[in-house]
Amino acid sequence: MSAQVIEAPKQHISLKKVLSPIHIWGLGVGIVLVGEYMGWNFSVAKGGALGSLIACWVIGLLYTCVAMIDSEVTSTVAAAGGQYTQAKHIIGPLMAFNVALYLVLAYTMLEAADATVFGDLLQEVAGNFGVANLDPRPFAFLCIMFLAWLNYRGVFITLTFNFVITAFAFVAIILVFFGVAPWSPGVVLHHADLIHGLPYGWIGIIAAFQFGMWYYLGIEGTCQAAEECRSAARSIPLGTMSGMITLVIAASLTWYICSGLLPWEYLGQATTPLYDAARVTNSTWMQVVMFVATVFSNLASANGCINDASRAWFSLSRDRYMPPVFGAVHPRYRTPYRSVLFLIPIAVSFAFTNLLDQIITFSILSGLLGYTFMSINMMRFRRLWPLGSIHRGYIHPFHPLPAVMLFLLCTTVYFATYLGYGSQLLAIMAFFIIASLWFSLHRYKFVKRGDQFTMPWPRPKGY
Amino acid sequence: MGFWQIFSDLSWAVSVLMAVWMIYDTWRVQQEYDESFLMSSREGAEELSAKETDK
Repeated sequence: MSAQVIEAPKQHISLKKVLSPIHIWGLGVGIVLVGEYMGWNFSVAKGGALGSLIACWVIGLLYTCVAMIDSEVTSTVAAAGGQYTQAKHIIGPLMAFNVALYLVLAYTMLEAADATVFGDLLQEVAGNFGVANLDPRPFAFLCIMFLAWLNYRGVFITLTFNFVITAFAFVAIILVFFGVAPWSPGVVLHHADLIHGLPYGWIGIIAAFQFGMWYYLGIEGTCQAAEECRSAARSIPLGTMSGMITLVIAASLTWYICSGLLPWEYLGQATTPLYDAARVTNSTWMQVVMFVATVFSNLASANGCINDASRAWFSLSRDRYMPPVFGAVHPRYRTPYRSVLFLIPIAVSFAFTNLLDQIITFSILSGLLGYTFMSINMMRFRRLWPLGSIHRGYIHPFHPLPAVMLFLLCTTVYFATYLGYGSQLLAIMAFFIIASLWFSLHRYKFVKRGDQFTMPWPRPKGY
Repeated sequence: MGFWQIFSDLSWAVSVLMAVWMIYDTWRVQQEYDESFLMSSREGAEELSAKETDK
């Protein structure tokens, strides 16, 4: 091999700082918006249409707390890894390791689920053209490979692409909302005929909380991009909070459109509720727009998940919590290219198992464990670094109310999950306990303890 | 061979091509650059250098 090896220069290589608030919006909303196109409607099966709306708003409150807490902490920790980095600085290595595992698993499984659905959608289209039983796997594979390639090539092009397709998917919901003439009840929309109170009472509403998470699951992923923002202190709070407002609007409009067009018994088990709602209207343009938007929302979600999972894995490896080889940065594209590459076979293997509901449940549970940590993290953050002791780009109001509310809401969703998926809940708890033991007894000895704390923070209060 | 079968086969082929390109590029980078340089990224490096400049 004649290639000349370039000697290590004195400067450090780093991820490219090119992102602005619109990219953060595209990342956060892009990961989540697919939940409006599919998934949220399973909450209707648990609590009826009204129960689903209550779940939408209550879980919206949970995620508003998540967005506020994330924005404040990330505006001080401008590093890839998001909640992992927060946990490392504020609580300690074992919590950080667990949080990073939640992140990597949640995003990789969600990416696999998105790719599976992408393949299934194309299979359905082929079916409409008379080609039955087309294998969806090549399309799922193409989805993962194309988006991984994009992520490998650079974060700016990746998240600009995400912004465009996410904006299309969001505008599509607004277009269809106006298309169903909400100002003329009873003409296209039939809420009065289709909504029948609470079919399973208040316990149904609680059970609906688990799938209510689909309206917003993944918005916390915005802070994974902190190290690549031109100004994290500005971009992360602005992108995350505007993303959260976008999602509350999109979720409410989605519920309004679907519950006025489809009976709750059907809506509760539909695969693509918004597309089905467009079909009921017999409007060709609405069907076309909804189909394209459904595909785009899937791609945006998978794309954002690859971005976030690779940053979490990269951060873990950079601190030697995992083999440091994955902590490399591409010298030309300035991306965590080895992490992107490493996670591809994992995502493909999840996608090819075809266990979509199991994958989604594990993804939700991993996310939920992460949110529970955030409430504890926030309390400790304000105690160790009180206001004024450290520069914050954003300060969330009414502390400690959001942290306490987040903890209580997470506990309620655990109960809701236990009602429907108790065995999976216990299985994932067991997995994380075993992983924690492995980390404590084996892996932690490889961690260079002093090197992992490089943020120029003042000494915490009381230390 | 119908459109969908060609589309399906093309999907496999394009995916494999992209995988091969990424693996080749990873190998090429490893040959051209020193490993310690590739792994020299530091969390909060810019904040640290800004602080050092202030001093």
